[in-house]
Amino acid sequence: MDKAATTEKPEFNPTLASTAVGMLERFGVVVLGVLLLLVVPLSLDVFRLGLAAKYLCFAFPAVGIVLIWGYGGILSLGQGMFFGMGSYMMAMFLKLESAANPDSSSGTALSAFFGAAGLPDFMVWNSIEELPWFWEPFHHVWITIPAIIILPPLVAFILGYVNFRNRVGGVYFTIVTLAIAAIMAIVIIGQQGYTGGINGITDFKTFMGLDLDNDTAKYVMYFITVVLLLLAVLVGRFILKSLLGRVLVAIRDQEDRARFSGYDSAMFKAFVFAVGALFASVGGAMFTIQVGLASPSLVGIVPSIEMVIYAAVGGRLSLIGAVYGAFLVNGAKTFFSENFVEYWTYFIGALYVFVVMFLPLGLAGILDKLRDVGKRSG
Amino acid sequence: MSKILTVSDLTVSFDGFKAVDDLSFSVNREELRTVIGPNGAGKTTLLDMICGKTKPTHGSIKFKDLELSKMVEYQITRAGVGRKFQTPSIYQDLTVFENLEISSPTERSVFGALFFEHTSESRRKIESVAERISLQGQLKTKAGKLSHGQKQWLEIGLLLMQEPDLLLLDEPVAGMSARERELTAELLNDIATGRSLVVIEHDMVFVKMIAQTVTVLHQGKVLAEGSMDEVQNDERVIEVYLGR
Repeated sequence: MDKAATTEKPEFNPTLASTAVGMLERFGVVVLGVLLLLVVPLSLDVFRLGLAAKYLCFAFPAVGIVLIWGYGGILSLGQGMFFGMGSYMMAMFLKLESAANPDSSSGTALSAFFGAAGLPDFMVWNSIEELPWFWEPFHHVWITIPAIIILPPLVAFILGYVNFRNRVGGVYFTIVTLAIAAIMAIVIIGQQGYTGGINGITDFKTFMGLDLDNDTAKYVMYFITVVLLLLAVLVGRFILKSLLGRVLVAIRDQEDRARFSGYDSAMFKAFVFAVGALFASVGGAMFTIQVGLASPSLVGIVPSIEMVIYAAVGGRLSLIGAVYGAFLVNGAKTFFSENFVEYWTYFIGALYVFVVMFLPLGLAGILDKLRDVGKRSG
Repeated sequence: MSKILTVSDLTVSFDGFKAVDDLSFSVNREELRTVIGPNGAGKTTLLDMICGKTKPTHGSIKFKDLELSKMVEYQITRAGVGRKFQTPSIYQDLTVFENLEISSPTERSVFGALFFEHTSESRRKIESVAERISLQGQLKTKAGKLSHGQKQWLEIGLLLMQEPDLLLLDEPVAGMSARERELTAELLNDIATGRSLVVIEHDMVFVKMIAQTVTVLHQGKVLAEGSMDEVQNDERVIEVYLGR
């Protein structure tokens, strides 16, 4: 936003700005990497670093949304469900690890009292006596991690392919995603004994023996998040630079023509939707490890729409923009929630309308304009 | 001469209205067939059914050994049928080069496209097609910035990249200047060698430039078929169409 303000200053030098913009564009990933790997960890205390880590987790679904919405032309208002799947699968693993640990405070004494040692505390409170079958696999990290990577994209692929093949697209598909995200949140809240209900799943102590409250662990997890996020951006960039990226744009703009160019457009759309789900899921898993929570409030419609707003603010055609968008909007959210909690939803709604009406290409669009100005006068 | 396309007893009805009614016709290999007829005669609907855009109510469409009425668009395209629409249908946001590139039949699967790399041969093919449609100087131009006539040619170029055996063209000179028309006629005659074409056209001057065999449709049925001269002198054709 302050970049837009600079344009109005009389001493503004377009040539200089265009070089800066060119640099940012060309070395965007490097700049982002330096910022996240050096500047942020060196300048923030552990508490603020934790906040940054949380914001970065929301950048994952936003990067995915750039791919599926910006380039695939599919507006999903249900990315929260994939974020939630990753988040809950990780939470199930962490919860079982905590419950199995005799030193943990998470209801072990209580569980032992009820003769249900190893059972998550909220199950004990809900009189569930035996671990449900779908919790069993999450005893093992080597099932949990592949499940986080494979299941959400698989669900997304099937959901996408079935709909796209039957020519359910555009706003109709958007409504389908919205509905499923809402259903998932409702089911999680309703099945308290199996899911922790409205409180979500929380109170984890360790991840594979690593004490999560420890500062070192926080730094380690932060760096893992950054590396995964940069990887997601690079994978996204690889896809967009390949012929597949051009086919996606072709399908977005002229789906009929693309079919008559011999492409199974439903397959391509389902593929990119699955990639978006993968990113969201990884973001959700990293969120749960670092924030110590899996909650239905991150699954439903409102968080799903917020994720779209991160991408819209950053610029829906810019993978890197999505990271800045997620960071800025979440930063603003923290600020607002600390000061005027009740206005946050109004603010985010107004922000969305503003971006769609005046900045259709988001912050990245401002950069483009600056560069054009530079070109014209330089 | 062997047939490449045989349409038999083809019918499609939209809410009881039969746009194409029990129609049969066939196209030979390497033939350029022109289809004319008044508005609402079912010309575009016929092409829509051949290329899979519209499903026939009944009847059969045989292309080589394949029954097209049971296949979906991308399968029909891959089998060797190319379709040009009435309004130029190209990828506005991609450059001329990229438009041609993604129309090449080599990489149509998701992972094929993801790991596709150009060879000097694939580049040459794109350049030679660009030359044939007179856009060799505009490979890096976004297709949306081309003139209307150039967009029409680009769409023909997309089809050339596909190397179809049967090319379906719906009013390829609509909205073109006289000069562009002539060039397009040359282009089509040039393209026709080695493949079969079905061209729908309203513009009789243009039809005379390209026509070998003409099929006249009227109310979803074949009214007459033959050379341009024969058709022009056919009483029934004059009555419904030419003599207006």
